[in-house]
Amino acid sequence: MRRAIAVNRFGLGSRPDDRIDDPRRWLLGQFDAFEPRPAPIAALADATTNMARYFDFVAARRQARAMQDAVTAPGVEPEVDAETVHDFVRDHARHIYADQAVARITQSLTAPAPFVERLVHFWANHFAVSIDRFSTLGIAGNLEFEAVRPHVLGRFSDMLLAVERHAAMLMYLDQFRSIGPASAAARRLAELRPEARGRGLNENLAREVLELHTLGVDGGYTQADVQELARALTGWTIVGQRPVGDAPRGSVLFRPLLHEPGERLLLGRRYAATGEAQSRAMLADLALHPATARHLATKLARHFVADDPPKPLVDRLAAAYSGSGGDLPTLYRVLIEAPEAWATPLAKFKSPWDWSISALRGVGLRSADRRAVRMVGEVGQPVWRPGSPAGWGDTAATWAGSDALMRRVEAAQQLAALIPVADARALAPLLFGGSVSPSTAAAIAGAESPAQATALLLVAPEFQRR
Amino acid sequence: MPTRRSLIVGAGAGALASLMPTLALAAPATERRFVFILLRGGMDGLNTVIPYADPAYAAARRQLAIDVGEGGGHKLDGQFALHPSLARTAALYGQGEAMAVHAVATPYRDRSHFDAQNLLETGGARPHLVRDGWLNRLLALLPDAGTRGVALSPALPLVAQGIVPVTTHAPSALPGASADLIARVGRLYADDALLQPLWAKAVEARGLDGSGAAAGLPVLAKLAAGFLARADGARVAVIESDGWDTHAQQLIRHGIHLSHLDAALGALKDGLGAAWADTLVIAATEFGRTVAVNGTGGTDHGTASAVLLAGGAVRGGRVVADWPGLAPAALHEGRDLRPTTDLYALLAGALADHLALDREAAGRALFPGASIRPIEGLIRS
Repeated sequence: MRRAIAVNRFGLGSRPDDRIDDPRRWLLGQFDAFEPRPAPIAALADATTNMARYFDFVAARRQARAMQDAVTAPGVEPEVDAETVHDFVRDHARHIYADQAVARITQSLTAPAPFVERLVHFWANHFAVSIDRFSTLGIAGNLEFEAVRPHVLGRFSDMLLAVERHAAMLMYLDQFRSIGPASAAARRLAELRPEARGRGLNENLAREVLELHTLGVDGGYTQADVQELARALTGWTIVGQRPVGDAPRGSVLFRPLLHEPGERLLLGRRYAATGEAQSRAMLADLALHPATARHLATKLARHFVADDPPKPLVDRLAAAYSGSGGDLPTLYRVLIEAPEAWATPLAKFKSPWDWSISALRGVGLRSADRRAVRMVGEVGQPVWRPGSPAGWGDTAATWAGSDALMRRVEAAQQLAALIPVADARALAPLLFGGSVSPSTAAAIAGAESPAQATALLLVAPEFQRR
Repeated sequence: MPTRRSLIVGAGAGALASLMPTLALAAPATERRFVFILLRGGMDGLNTVIPYADPAYAAARRQLAIDVGEGGGHKLDGQFALHPSLARTAALYGQGEAMAVHAVATPYRDRSHFDAQNLLETGGARPHLVRDGWLNRLLALLPDAGTRGVALSPALPLVAQGIVPVTTHAPSALPGASADLIARVGRLYADDALLQPLWAKAVEARGLDGSGAAAGLPVLAKLAAGFLARADGARVAVIESDGWDTHAQQLIRHGIHLSHLDAALGALKDGLGAAWADTLVIAATEFGRTVAVNGTGGTDHGTASAVLLAGGAVRGGRVVADWPGLAPAALHEGRDLRPTTDLYALLAGALADHLALDREAAGRALFPGASIRPIEGLIRS
């Protein structure tokens, strides 16, 4: 049973060719086996390249239509019309997205460190961007690949800084267009275009940093703190239609002329007017705040142990976080050593993503194509599309719906028809770590066809949980 | 007469025939229908039901202000107009089948989507205090509760979670599972406390659904109407809609979302046919948005918003508002529309009158811990 828990609860599901002797050592060994930039992901364009494609497209469209830019101050991007965005999505962004999602799935099927891959998915969901905002469509995967993967075995503060300064986050939560109301750019803009007065601060990213990414909603911050962080974050933007010095089009850049000047007060602490370093110092302090420790500990324990995580485990995780300065592998070791994490029966209902990946691994698939991306979406959890910055929910109440269950059965039927399994009766004990319930064994043995046997295996009660 | 519950259990043991919905459902005890449209993200009430006569509106909204004088909106009375995208809704208003209530909020006064939606869905006095949804507790007050609720979503939204089983249903692009596989899965789940009831509901919903079209609010509304229109069908439906969090480029995004909402209300009326006369639709959001435009052509998280009511059961053709005004001194915390009507009181009053429940008792059951006075007179008597 410990093997089944290691593979399903910590990992991404069994593969028929798994060889695991000591589950605990298998998990610990993954810290060395993890590949931050594996081949399927290394083959893809980075965020700067993808953003540059977008701005090149915009520039070409403007030229073709001989459009005049609205008068705007240095550093302030002209708005892009909805039709241009729509056409870029149709011609380019959706293909970039599909390639990124295929790479994510392929990596999940073949990775040598599935436990760490699960953690990558966990943090990418913690720092969720959602492609239902079109501007995020071509770069959502880049956030995970470039800001989460390199830091998943590092410090939380480094991941936080990388995420908040990534183009995808700056786009998704409107930060790239935020301008300090007293900044040089705002003053110049007011001179040039008095009617544009009021173009300025956006507090969307600042609020979600406090509420979702660090302290948590009960973390003790106020509206004033949101606004102070929003002011400090001004300056972070994306080089767009107008190149800036040596910075390539599409790259993320701190532009002092957009930055709100002055000292800031966040959670009772003063931050001197140090420009770019001001928000960096704030994020570093937020990362190590006790409320952040508690918030992250609760989410990790919920993900790995139970929808209502046991308080003693949350306490131990929070203490390990604070004691190590937010060192993530220290937290992961606490989880591996926690008796609560090895308890039976399997307490977590698989999310649609969990279920899809474990089904594809279960039938032995080694590389994905766009059909796999569609399948993940059809069972209810389209890749990088949680619909809100809070990310996907992580409890059975979120996922255990009657229609969701029917979709798994339909997807299992389709998958079993596409990928023949020689003998589902022999596969079942491999996937469930030797313990197949009598009713599941009977259902598989009594199936009318090999494909139906595989479908029943993939929707068995044991297979719906981790 | 066997109860509905025992029939589901019987089906789980292998009797597929008893899952056929027409056999399983007895005649409902109420003809009244209720549809809740949950607008996630914080719908901007000020550009939905526009207070065009408020002298502070145009100044505060600047480039987002909608000039209703140039045919840019549908004037409702001397004070309010509907957004130009709400043409069908305006027609319903003219027929007395739609109305708006303005400056409405739950008891929540902070600005987190997730806490605010938690209140909108649980009906608690504070976020995360109550674990189940008020819509589920409403179902518990109805006869045949376990056969009467449907959520047009792949999984159950919090507002519909609770002890009463609720069907979930959403369009799927997957080919349907074979009848034989469905029967075998039913046997496989027979002893699973979580999966068995979900599966019974899923099979029942497949039987009721005739459509396989793409998602989207109007499509979900059409599906909901299909569930509700049947004499032996559901009586309470919940539809979710997201994307209302318009921090930037609000003019375009808000307009598109409103046109979907408008089409959804039309689809409900068209799909319900004669049953529309017995229907109440309420569309509500977790909070409104700032009165002033922000720096990026949008608005930020605010407090009070507007609520739309529609259906033949509504005493429509009017805007109900204790209007607080948009002058800077009148605003909540200097930035938001001040709430003057409690959303809980609105829901409790409308639902109690619509479903012939005791107002005070319904208020206590749906919104425990919040002391409310259910609003009277929203429903045609």
